[in-house]
Amino acid sequence: MLKYIARRVAYTMMILVLISLVVYLIFDVLPMDPARLTCGKTCRPDVVEANRHRLGLDVSVWQQWWRFIVGLFKGRDYAEGAAAFHCPAPSFGYSFNRHECVSTLIARAFPVTFSLALGAFVMWLALGISLGVWAARNKGRFIDRASTTFVLVGTSLPTFISGILILLFIVVKFNLVSPIDLGKWHNPFTDPVGWFRTFIFPCLTLALAYAASYTRFTRSNVIETTAEDFIRTAKAKGLSERVIMRKHTLRAALAPIVTIAGLDFAGLLGGAIITEGIFNLPGLGRLSIRAVLQDYDLPVIVATTLLAASFVVFMNLVVDILYAFIDPRVRVA
Amino acid sequence: MSAFLEVKNLSVSFPTEDGLVKATNDISYSVNLGETLAIVGESGSGKSVTNLAVMGLHNAAKTNISGQAILNLPEGPIDVISAPEDKVRRLRGSAMSMIFQDPMSSLHPYYSVGDQISEAWLLYNKGDKQTAKKRSIEMLDLVGIPDPHKRVNEFPHQFSGGMRQRVMIAMALINNPKLLIADEPTTALDVTVQSQILQLIREMQKEFNMAVILITHDLGVVAQVANRVCVMYAGKIVEEASIDDIFYDSTHPYTIGLLGSIPRVDKYHGERLKVIGGQPPSLINLPEGCSFQPRCEFAKYVTGNRCSNQSPNLTGISNNHKVSCHLEKTQVQQLKKQAM
Repeated sequence: MLKYIARRVAYTMMILVLISLVVYLIFDVLPMDPARLTCGKTCRPDVVEANRHRLGLDVSVWQQWWRFIVGLFKGRDYAEGAAAFHCPAPSFGYSFNRHECVSTLIARAFPVTFSLALGAFVMWLALGISLGVWAARNKGRFIDRASTTFVLVGTSLPTFISGILILLFIVVKFNLVSPIDLGKWHNPFTDPVGWFRTFIFPCLTLALAYAASYTRFTRSNVIETTAEDFIRTAKAKGLSERVIMRKHTLRAALAPIVTIAGLDFAGLLGGAIITEGIFNLPGLGRLSIRAVLQDYDLPVIVATTLLAASFVVFMNLVVDILYAFIDPRVRVA
Repeated sequence: MSAFLEVKNLSVSFPTEDGLVKATNDISYSVNLGETLAIVGESGSGKSVTNLAVMGLHNAAKTNISGQAILNLPEGPIDVISAPEDKVRRLRGSAMSMIFQDPMSSLHPYYSVGDQISEAWLLYNKGDKQTAKKRSIEMLDLVGIPDPHKRVNEFPHQFSGGMRQRVMIAMALINNPKLLIADEPTTALDVTVQSQILQLIREMQKEFNMAVILITHDLGVVAQVANRVCVMYAGKIVEEASIDDIFYDSTHPYTIGLLGSIPRVDKYHGERLKVIGGQPPSLINLPEGCSFQPRCEFAKYVTGNRCSNQSPNLTGISNNHKVSCHLEKTQVQQLKKQAM
């Protein structure tokens, strides 16, 4: 088991290194020059070159990448003389647009995105799984059809519609929370009520979309597992329907859901661009979309891209290890 | 000796879009304590369906059942077909147990075999997990699993097919049931393991003085363990007899055909294997009269088209030997000789 985990961790590290390299190479081949964008159209070439040096873009892409990696562990120094400053480790670079270390920007945006993702995750799992099990147990009956309708509506309604509807009716019409309040970060430890009020509706918006597909998935998995031979064995032992469902069916039916749920959660950690946009939440999604569309802020783009990829890779590792605990057949492999 | 399980006029059918599938039609049999009854028939003859209904393991929402299946328990007889589900559930695993065809998929892949056996024990006994595990180890030892102390913590995928079937048997027998239904327990196993498992079932039967119902399509298996045999065809019992009568004095044309289709080492090798021509009938549209009549070699010797007009009844031709055929026993024996 330990050997298995060690091997998986080693693979994960390797993948992360590769991803960071690929991200650097992608932005290197893009036909955009960040140094050119630092000053206006009439900018003199020597100013552009000076800025290029200041941004650290005057060396090869390999060197840029290596500086980035070193910065992650050691921190990084920028500029010279009186203008010199330091971004402490882990340094993701410096945003010359916003005049802040990228790590500071991320540290500010991440709790927002994490709150949103975690809240939505809990909500969609609770809703999706319970509704799926309920539908499976009443297969073909009213509850099952009602859940199918929910699934259809949930999957076909994009978040930019459901989000706006929720914002319109619950937030604006009934004035449950002011839209301006949504744009601020409320620390859940010092202001739990404010935090809850900010996140409940955005979380609901995201959760609805995911809950629908999880309902469908749980339903079909439970129905499939119910037909397994080992469930018949459990019944032949004399176990009650309730115990069979809880101990035997769900254990087998929900195992694959762990994988998908972990990866979906990781995907959200990279930033829910649409939902954050609708509800004015200052999370990672907003950070990256601004860096891409408005500022062409390369260090921020690289950092958020890398971060989003790392979440997925890291969660993959967590899911794999979790799965080994759930399914003994994986352990020996 | 009175019978432990008495099945009376049991019919099981499944309503489908194409019509009513009559899986078993008005069948009766019984099995005593200490006795092994083999139920033989080809796929779809209704042998499994009948016994799943007795265990209450059928899908109640999609099955019509009529008739009785009476368990003569020490505390009084109970009809498991009409008894409430909650009562029948408490008989499963305690008074009656079942093992299945595919030991590969019959055990839960995520729980250790010890957990799965303990679960069965804890259901009907007062005691803690330690005691349950101790009992599990004893049972694993009893069914011949080497090194049970170590293996009790292992998972089903770490066992071979034969060993898994032993685990299933240990689990089925941990609460001393009086009836064991074995649904093709050796079909998925290779031949050497097959006879070990059959041997084990026979030993366990002596140990626990159980009634055993062995469902199989393999007459070799029947010869090894059964005391009595019911031959089923298209949802009906066509012949019921002691093991000797089935092999040496078979009287129903279908049984004769089955026995004739067994490959034998002592026969001339160049000869083609004898088969029963045709296909088993659709259970939705059973033929008029005798269900076997369209495939029967002997039907032409019956006068007055009785085979296609009139369904024969299962009638006793001698002590403990019942056949459902319009031909007389003497006629059949004559025809048998001619055929050979």
